[in-house]
Amino acid sequence: MQLLNKRPESLVDMKMHYCPGCSHGIIHRLVAEVMDELDIRNRTIGIAPVGCSVFADKYFNCDMIQGPHGRGPAIATGLKRTTPGAIVFSYQGDGDLASIGMAEIVHTAIRSENITVIYVNNAIYGMTGGQMAPTTLIGQKATTCPHGRDAKLTGDPIKMSEMLATIEGAKYIERTSVHTAPNVIKTKNAIKKAFENQINNGGFSMVEILSTCPTNWKLDPVKSLKYVNDNMTKVFPLGVYKDSKGGE
Amino acid sequence: MPEIKVDDSKCKGCYICIEACPKKCIEISKEFSKSGYYPVKYTGTDCIGCQQCARICPDLAIEVYK
Ligand SMILES: Cc1ncc(C[n+]2csc(CCOP(=O)(O)OP(=O)(O)O)c2C)c(N)n1
Ligand code: SF4
Ligand code: SF4
Ligand code: SF4
Ligand SMILES: [Mg+2]
Repeated sequence: MQLLNKRPESLVDMKMHYCPGCSHGIIHRLVAEVMDELDIRNRTIGIAPVGCSVFADKYFNCDMIQGPHGRGPAIATGLKRTTPGAIVFSYQGDGDLASIGMAEIVHTAIRSENITVIYVNNAIYGMTGGQMAPTTLIGQKATTCPHGRDAKLTGDPIKMSEMLATIEGAKYIERTSVHTAPNVIKTKNAIKKAFENQINNGGFSMVEILSTCPTNWKLDPVKSLKYVNDNMTKVFPLGVYKDSKGGE
Repeated sequence: MPEIKVDDSKCKGCYICIEACPKKCIEISKEFSKSGYYPVKYTGTDCIGCQQCARICPDLAIEVYK
């Protein structure tokens, strides 16, 4: 019997702390598979955010730094500029990237830093117990909007891929999802393109991945996948928002 | 014949693999695991080795063999 799906070397063989059905685990595996396939593990430096994926530095089997909330792109900038041979990625949640880290991500894109950003959008502050995020859908309940988000009070969900795509320096921006197996494959291809763009000195790239938080959404894992399909993809349409990969 | 093996120590009983399997050949085990979940197991028939279950599993708990 031949094993068809070998565990990627770029992921440490240990149990992850994520809740049952949380998409963070799928996305970790995909990033690790891409590092294996591009054979870049030994020169990759990742930045773990503040959020549920704060322990990503334990899980990825490459050099890792755990940074302050939202500042991943700033750390990545320093690392890439001082260590240009390294492949640098920042792994960030939506609270991290679209709220406290908004300035960092925008200016990093404007400077077209040659880094790869993995942006995990689960429309909630997962780690802190389910507060409203800038990405929370209209009508979606959170502890800080128990009756559902109201646009009159807190505006509309921020669409980071659409916004960043307007920036000249942003070279590759795609939004994908991991709610079905075919979408998982598409996400892996997008992550691979984003890393290849960096290897080719193509400039700033980001993959936004729609992801579940069954615990704080108060939905079981199967219903959470359906929520992504029925609700999230309507507000956050999947697709390539920018592909002007330059490089050498 | 293709088959899957589930690592009970990694499975968290989220059951999204059951949803993803086109052949409906994954079921919930009646045995409680050491980690405190009812893990999934192979029904024993019909697996086509498509790996959809392994792709969706967030905890790398499924190995697919052919
Ligand atoms: C400077 C700072 N401000 C606030 C916090 C509290 N905090 C921890 S995680 C988090 C948000 C996490 O949400 P997100 O980035 O979406 O990640 P998720 O847990 O949903 O994956 C916040 C506000 C902090 N740790 N540090
Ligand atoms: S709280 Fe949400 S985002 Fe955090 S591990 Fe649990 S399911 Fe995942
Ligand atoms: S490999 Fe395909 S057919 Fe076999 S259990 Fe997994 S999803 Fe089902
Ligand atoms: S997807 Fe993975 S963790 Fe979830 S029930 Fe299936 S084998 Fe277990
Ligand atoms: Mg979040």
